[in-house]
Amino acid sequence: MQLAFLPHCPALPFFGFSRYTNELMSKTLFEKIWDRHIVTTLSNETVLLYIDRHLIHEVTSPQAFEGLRLSRRKVRRPKLTFATMDHNVPTDDRTVIKDPISKAQIEALTKNCKEFGITLYDLKSDLQGIVHIIGPELGFTLPGTTIVCGDSHTSTHGAFGTLAFGIGTSEVEHVLATQCLIQKRPKTFKVEFAGALKPYVTAKDMILKMIGVIGTAGGTGYVLEYCGAAVRNLSMEARMTMCNMSIEAGARAGMIAPDETTFKYISTGSRPYAPKGKEFDESVKFWKTLTTDPDAKYDRTLTIDAVEIAPQVTWGTNPGMVLDVTGRIPEADKVPGYNRKDVEQALTYMGLKPGIAITDIQIDTVFIGSCTNARIEDLRAAAQIFKGRKVAPKVRVLVVPGSQQVRKQAESEGLNKIFQSAGCEWRESGCSMCLAMNPDQLKPGERSASTSNRNFEGRQGKGGRTHLVSPEMAAAAAIAGHFVDIRSWK
Amino acid sequence: MEAFKNHRGLMATLDRANVDTDQIIPKQFLKSIKRTGFESNLFHDWRYLADGKPNPNFELNQSRFKNATILVTRNNFGCGSSREHAVWAVQQYGFKAVIAPSQERGNSRVPAFADIFRNNSTKNGLLTVELKESEVEEIFQMVNRYKGLEATVNLEHQRITLHLPEEISFHFEIDSSIKEHLVRGLDEIEQTLQFQNKISSFESRHNAQSFK
Repeated sequence: MQLAFLPHCPALPFFGFSRYTNELMSKTLFEKIWDRHIVTTLSNETVLLYIDRHLIHEVTSPQAFEGLRLSRRKVRRPKLTFATMDHNVPTDDRTVIKDPISKAQIEALTKNCKEFGITLYDLKSDLQGIVHIIGPELGFTLPGTTIVCGDSHTSTHGAFGTLAFGIGTSEVEHVLATQCLIQKRPKTFKVEFAGALKPYVTAKDMILKMIGVIGTAGGTGYVLEYCGAAVRNLSMEARMTMCNMSIEAGARAGMIAPDETTFKYISTGSRPYAPKGKEFDESVKFWKTLTTDPDAKYDRTLTIDAVEIAPQVTWGTNPGMVLDVTGRIPEADKVPGYNRKDVEQALTYMGLKPGIAITDIQIDTVFIGSCTNARIEDLRAAAQIFKGRKVAPKVRVLVVPGSQQVRKQAESEGLNKIFQSAGCEWRESGCSMCLAMNPDQLKPGERSASTSNRNFEGRQGKGGRTHLVSPEMAAAAAIAGHFVDIRSWK
Repeated sequence: MEAFKNHRGLMATLDRANVDTDQIIPKQFLKSIKRTGFESNLFHDWRYLADGKPNPNFELNQSRFKNATILVTRNNFGCGSSREHAVWAVQQYGFKAVIAPSQERGNSRVPAFADIFRNNSTKNGLLTVELKESEVEEIFQMVNRYKGLEATVNLEHQRITLHLPEEISFHFEIDSSIKEHLVRGLDEIEQTLQFQNKISSFESRHNAQSFK
């Protein structure tokens, strides 16, 4: 499937003088990838950007295929798109989809992929999973590429030094028909995490902390580049967690320059789409050039001291409403970046009052899953907490692996046994209670500790109350029945 | 796509910041494989009570906002999920334009609309208008004071005019490419397909890491 890999040769005279001088200028990681994907410049503001890889799923693609049919257009490069079903699939018995409307949507994807010649990993496939989990698993996600998907968490793939962002259905149709997108160049924003993380503090805490600092719109119009010692020390799984939530800061994309950790991830496991052998070695040479030049300029920069980061818990109805686990629910007029009315609304919805300690908040449900935190490392971290312990009475815990491969790996390590003996439910892969499009939902008033990415009103079920945390914090809350400071919890 | 001409219509306010696309259209309505039929789903969980009756406390349910076509709201409208259903629902309910404020935070300006939502709006001919915080505040006050207040959105001149006894106007900025796209009601795919040769020649020199 993989053809000869030829790194795009940059600075040759026949590209013209302006191109040549451009190549000599210092560039950020983002600029290097952006520039090598410009098909043509359309206006002062916009370019036609080439898309190397396109992921689709059942929810945001049917209208795009319908559009192609109505205008009698074909898919330009069917092999550059691949599909899976994840958003509305059941995670208990996946052989029967009881909801007829969900079933129709699943069937539409199957039919569309067949008609247009697109590879589909369906519910029968042992490679199926959440689209942003299986892309990297299959080696579809590679450094230096552009990746889009009709899903805002496409930013996940940026962990590989990839320019990856979410698009709407009209743009899905545009990519299918042209393999390109009309894009305005975003600004660049460097976020440096200096120093080392303390034990039990994770990538989830880093990104929640950052969102708390810059706000849920602080990254709008920017591509974020995460760097610094704390980022370098993260595994690929953890880097994906960080990049995944870039959109929660308003940024369509977040990126991390590839390094040995990245190359090792790509060369490990089966990864059918990744280059192998000599091609891999050639690729690495190119991938090593994907770093920000020392004197390249960003439009904005921010430094966060990683040592200072504590486990984070959201208390409100967007991810920017977040506190250290040692904190207390704030007074409505004392939340920077939010007006009093919005905080009051959030607290009313969440059923919380100012002054309550985060660790006094009791929970009903724990969800360990989603494209943010359902990779093997997340499950290992949660299992370590559950091992030899029992879930608190009346607390329901769903553990939903991100893919069938993660599920299989977890089972081979016996993690499912640990979860089940602690009293958790062990499920099939899918988006599940992150967006609750399938039957996995909170009831009105129910409160969850969730490893997912959004605590919006009704996100996990109408009237449900969501607190976003890391897998370790979610597991500990499941056992204690309320939030605990994992750093000092016994 | 329908071109955006001058539009005059009734204004309605939604006094909330950070309205996410899960609120604009909750997930249970994303199972449809059609592009139409979302008007009754707009702001579903705020708009209806548990028994399905309209929630009298929800702003847009006020009789004075019936048939409104211009939505005035607060900053970071449309954040969250990329679902284009949100734009379809806003349009199918009857809105032609949404007005929201950018925010000054230190030295930086935070845009009024989330990126993906604004992109999706443009593709569908829904105009997003970004004004200053003080200007949007003034519009909120005027809409509250004058029942039935209408405004005209003039895209060509980039101006919003409130039809008060003494008219007030606000200038707004918009990318020239977005403006042209809206005014002409362009089919973007058709436009891009005109560059087929350039795309092919790009592909022939860019086959890096791709598979056929």
